[in-house]
Parts: sequence; structure tokens; C-alpha cells
Amino acid sequence: MSRGMPGWRRLRGLIRKEALQIMRDPSSIAIAFVLPAILLFIFGYGVSLDAKNVPIALVVEEPSPATASLTGGFQNSHWFKPRHFSDIPSAQEALRQREVMGILWLRSNFTRELFSGGPAPIGLFLNGVDGNTARIVAGYVQGVWGKWLARYAQDQGRELGLPVDIQQRIWFNPEVRSTNFLVPGLIAVVMTLIGALLTAMVVAREWERGTMEALLVTPVRVREILLGKLIPYFVLGMGGQILSVAMAVWLFEVPLRGSLWVLMGVSALFLVAALGMGLLISTVAHNQFVAGQLAIFTTFLPAFILSGFIFDIGSMPGWVQAITHIIAARYFVEVLQSVFLAGDVWPVIWVNSVALVIMAALFMGLVRLRSRKRLE
Amino acid sequence: MTLIVPPLFQLLIFSYAATFDLNQVNYAVYNQDPGIASRELLGYFKGSPAFKLAATLEHLGQMAPAIDGQKVLMVLHIPQDFTRNMLQGRSGQLQVIIDGRNSNTALVLLGYVNSIVTSFSANWAAEHGWPLPPAELKVRTWFNPNLESRWFIVPGIVGLLTLMVALVVTALSVAREREAGTFDQLLVTPLHPAEILLGKALPGLIIGMAEGSLIVLVAVKVFGVPLLGSLGALYLGMGLFILSAVGLGLMISSMAVTQQQALLGAFLFLVPAVILSGFATPIANMPDLVQHMTLLNPLRYFLIIVRSVFLEGAEISLLLPLYWPMAVIGVVTLAIAGWLFRNRLN
Repeated sequence: MSRGMPGWRRLRGLIRKEALQIMRDPSSIAIAFVLPAILLFIFGYGVSLDAKNVPIALVVEEPSPATASLTGGFQNSHWFKPRHFSDIPSAQEALRQREVMGILWLRSNFTRELFSGGPAPIGLFLNGVDGNTARIVAGYVQGVWGKWLARYAQDQGRELGLPVDIQQRIWFNPEVRSTNFLVPGLIAVVMTLIGALLTAMVVAREWERGTMEALLVTPVRVREILLGKLIPYFVLGMGGQILSVAMAVWLFEVPLRGSLWVLMGVSALFLVAALGMGLLISTVAHNQFVAGQLAIFTTFLPAFILSGFIFDIGSMPGWVQAITHIIAARYFVEVLQSVFLAGDVWPVIWVNSVALVIMAALFMGLVRLRSRKRLE
Repeated sequence: MTLIVPPLFQLLIFSYAATFDLNQVNYAVYNQDPGIASRELLGYFKGSPAFKLAATLEHLGQMAPAIDGQKVLMVLHIPQDFTRNMLQGRSGQLQVIIDGRNSNTALVLLGYVNSIVTSFSANWAAEHGWPLPPAELKVRTWFNPNLESRWFIVPGIVGLLTLMVALVVTALSVAREREAGTFDQLLVTPLHPAEILLGKALPGLIIGMAEGSLIVLVAVKVFGVPLLGSLGALYLGMGLFILSAVGLGLMISSMAVTQQQALLGAFLFLVPAVILSGFATPIANMPDLVQHMTLLNPLRYFLIIVRSVFLEGAEISLLLPLYWPMAVIGVVTLAIAGWLFRNRLN
């Protein structure tokens, strides 16, 4: 036993070995840099919840100056791409064929009712299959309609008598640009994948090829083997993270209101947790095939659906909220959305950082525990 | 076991988790108005299951910390003259301040606030003899009258999980044998590449169909999503979809030299396929170039089929334009995979 050999030299040797292995199969480098670049590029441009140019059918049964001023409001709005239909059955057929999202229906008695003091009915049919989009479109229609109503009342020389006037302020993202919250959230999803993919296979591969046993009979400690695996991939992963943040800020113009150092610090914590999860998969699975299957099941969809990146965690049932606590991405998403859009909000940063430290320690602890058992 | 238990767990968890509807949203009230109108209005909010009063603010300075620290998602601010204005026939001002860090949640929340305030307004107008508005908008929603996003999401999850299972079964299968060297042995046997291909594809097809059926069953029985259309239309779609997913999985697998590369390939396909499928964000909102790219994505077609069959009761004839692209993707990818078996350069 070469007990006199200092631990850091053994560690350096292990890191060197791992680095050589990374160089030999370029897929690790591809995971760290190509994966985030491609995914963020596609998502940043492709994913949006802001409906624009919504195709909407207009059915005006008896045109008049009043109906023209209302439909003009839709023509001028950049939310809508209106199409005129002569009667309601043909418009309904278009709705069924998904050619239009909704139908605005002004019946033949509309103008008459309007002049006799109303209220004149306006029908709006929506395709509700995508409930979220339907609600957003209904909101847009209400906006156009409300503006027309106010203008109409003004032309009649009276105030539009609504008892309550809502003045809305949406903080941090006043123009409600969905890219601003989707891109930071996507960084968390992409980093989850990078972290897990980088390490999920590496330990399993060594077990599969029998090189792990060879390593274990040397004086190298389990801790050193794990650190030797962790450090090179951590460096790669941070490279991917820097690339992602740069794309978010420069390509997608997401405002970064907090400090870069806080962002990078929390990212480092998250990356250790994500790599730890990959190592755990690798250690539990013992062969690459099962490790790969586990990685597909446990990384992407949980990070996508349970992290709060797109679906609000507070609205989930209590038991599902409890489950979200074991998803490391959840803590990272909260910090990313805050640091990008709101700034360094310390209560948010502290709580989530502590949670990430616990997650990282938990994963690494489990990996050590499992590895030691294998040794015996 | 790894193929059955995780997808079912995920179906249950995700179906409950993935919703754009909001529940028990924490909000705070900063009410400077001692009058009855504000009390009545706030009563409407207290009575709504969508909202949960988390704090009552004493001064304006408490607002920013409450929102920044995510204690509340929204603050309602009612100024002093709210009731006085309304009793004198003028509009009372209600300030709604919303945390926009997730701007979709903010918009949904604003929609809820609007509908609560509208019903309060209508009630107040009727009781206090306000003139009626000259026109009113009546909204009717087809196929999903209560706009339940679960009806939209759960059929979507059917597609997501079926895709995952098909990929899990196929994506590593060829790469594993190639890495272990057994694939070369397989190739020197008298088996025709088409037979090897069939042998690799069948497990994915069978497991995928079984798993897909199970998921559909849970969607109908547990989540009560209405299945209006025919099973024939659904299964034709599912069969073609799984064929294309298996083809893609095998193509990825036969391109890779190592399992690590196959896994990377699986993710490079899976993640964009899910995000650009219309599962959570509409394809119509994407830029034209990206919309054209989605034409290569089998999940895109299958999601429309599942949702149309479930919610709209669509028949096979209406869905024909969605079936054949998946069949083409399946046949082409399987052919490429079979060709790669022999011609992949090592």
C-alpha cells in the first residue's frame, strides 16, 4: 500500500484519467455544449404562450356602422387575424376543422337592440380543447370589446358606467412576454439533463466493463473515486451553464436583474445535485442499459412538469406539492426566475440554496453508501 | 417492472400536477376604504376557491416584500374613496398588483380577478340602479365547457408516456449489442436484416401498445376525461404513432457506437419532440420556421388525434391527414435503421 501518497495526487490522477476518457468519446462534450445550445435555441424561439394572429371568424348577419366599428377593432388588433363568414354554420364548420380558434357572432338584431338601449347580445364561441389558450383568447376578445364599448359610450356622450375599474400592474414582466420566464425555466430543465446525462453512464460503464473492481482493489478511496468522477463533469457542466446564461441574455434578451455571481453560485449548487443524481442512477443501475432507461424516466419529464417552470406548484394538490420537493430543478427554477426577472431576492435565494445543498448532500451521501456496500 | 411502474406513477402524478388552472392562490389585501363596497367585493374573493387570503397589509411599504419574497402572488389595493365614488355613480378604482415572474400564471390570475369583479359589478349595478351597458358579450366554449385544463393535459400525457416507453425499449437496444459485440455476431447469422429489424421492433410495439392502453384506461376511469370518439380511431393513431416512435428509437440506436451516444441521441430527439409537440404550449404560437420543423415530429400528430378523439369525438375520416405522416415517418426511419445495421462504419 502506498499510504504515503498524498490523497490529492491520487485524485489528480483520477481526474486525468476521466478527462482522457471524456476526450476519447466526444459525446460528453456534446452533452455539455451541443445539447444546451440546440435545446435552448429551439425552445427560446419555439416555445411561447403568447397567442398572436389568432384566427377568428366574424359573422355579421346585418352589417351597419355599429358592427363595422366593432369588427374594425379586431382588424386593427395584432392579436387577431379575422376572417369573415357569411353565416354561422360555415363558421362553425371552420371551428370544427380547427381553422379558427373562435367565432364572434353579431346577430341580425344586434344594431336594433343596441339603439334601443340594449344590452345587445354578442356571441363568442371558442374551441375549448386547449383551455389555457381559450382563456387567453377570451381575454383578448374582452379587451377589444371593452375598448369598443368605451368608445361607443363616449360617442353617445355618456360615461361607460362600470362600478369597478380594474387597474392592473404586472410586476417584473409588465409586457407579459412569456419568453422571459420560459427561458430561465428551460435552463433548469436543460441543466438537469446535462447533469444526469454526464454522469448516469460513467459509473455503470465501469461496473459493466469490470474496471470498477480494478479501481477498488487499488488504495484509492471511494470518496476519491467519486470526486474524480464529479470534478471533470462539474467543469464541463458549468461550461454548459455559462453558455445557457449567455444565450438567455444576448440571444433571447431576457433581462438579468440580479447579480451574475449569485446566479453562478446557485447554478454550481444545482449542478452538484444534478450530477449527484446521475451518479446515483449509475450506481444503482450497475449496467448502462438500465442506467439509460432510468435516466430517461427520471430526469426530463419530472423536471419539465414538476419544477414549476411552466405549471404553478402552488395550485397542485398537496401530495403532489410534497413530491415536487424531491425534484432539485424546482429550487433552481425559483431562483432562476427571481434572479433573472426580480433581482437578488435574498429570502428566495437562501431557502432554495439550502434546499439544493441538502439535495446535493443527499444524493452524494446515497452514492457513497451504495458504493461502499458494493465494496464489501 | 421498470417499464410498467414508472409510467403509471408518472401518469398519476403528472395528471394532477400539469394544469394551468389555479387553486388557492395566496393573495394579500391592502384596504384603505372603510365602506361597504370594498367589504362586499372582498367577500367575493374570500368565497372563491381559487384564492386564499394570506395577509392583510397595513401600509404600502409591506407590498414589495410580500410579492418579492413570494409570500403572495397578488395584492389587491382598494383606495380610500372606493365606496364613496361608487355610491355617487362613479367608478371605484381597484388596483391589482400581480407577480409576473411566471407571466402565464399572472395572465390566468388576472382572468380570474376580472370574472370575479365582473360579477360583483353586475350585482352592484343591478342593486344600485346603474344604467345597463349597451352590449354584452356571451361566451360559449365548445368541447370543454369549463375550460378544464386537465381534459387537455391528460390525453396529452397519454402521448408523452407512450413515446417515452417506446424510446426506453428501443433507443439503447442496438447500441448495447454493438458495444458488447454481439450485434456483429447477429449480423453473420443467416438472418436477414429485415428479420433482425422486426425482432428489435416488435417488443417496442407490443409493450408500447399495452402501456398505451393502460394509460388510456386510467385517463378515462380515474380522471374522468370523456372519450367521445371511437376506439378504432384512437388505436389506429396509437399504432402508427408507436411505429414511428419505435422507428426513431431504432434509428438513433443503430447510429450510435456506444450506449452513452444512444442516450444522448434519445434525449436530443425526446426533449424537442415533447416541447415542440403542442403538449403545453400551442404550435400556433411558434415562429413559422419552427412550425415547419414540427411536421417531422410524430408526437405533434398523435396529440391532435388523441385530443380530437377524446374531446371532439372525431372519426377516422376527419383524421386521415394526421395518420399518414406518422406512417411515413415510421417506414422511413425503420428502413434507415435496417440499412444502418450493416452499413454503420465502426
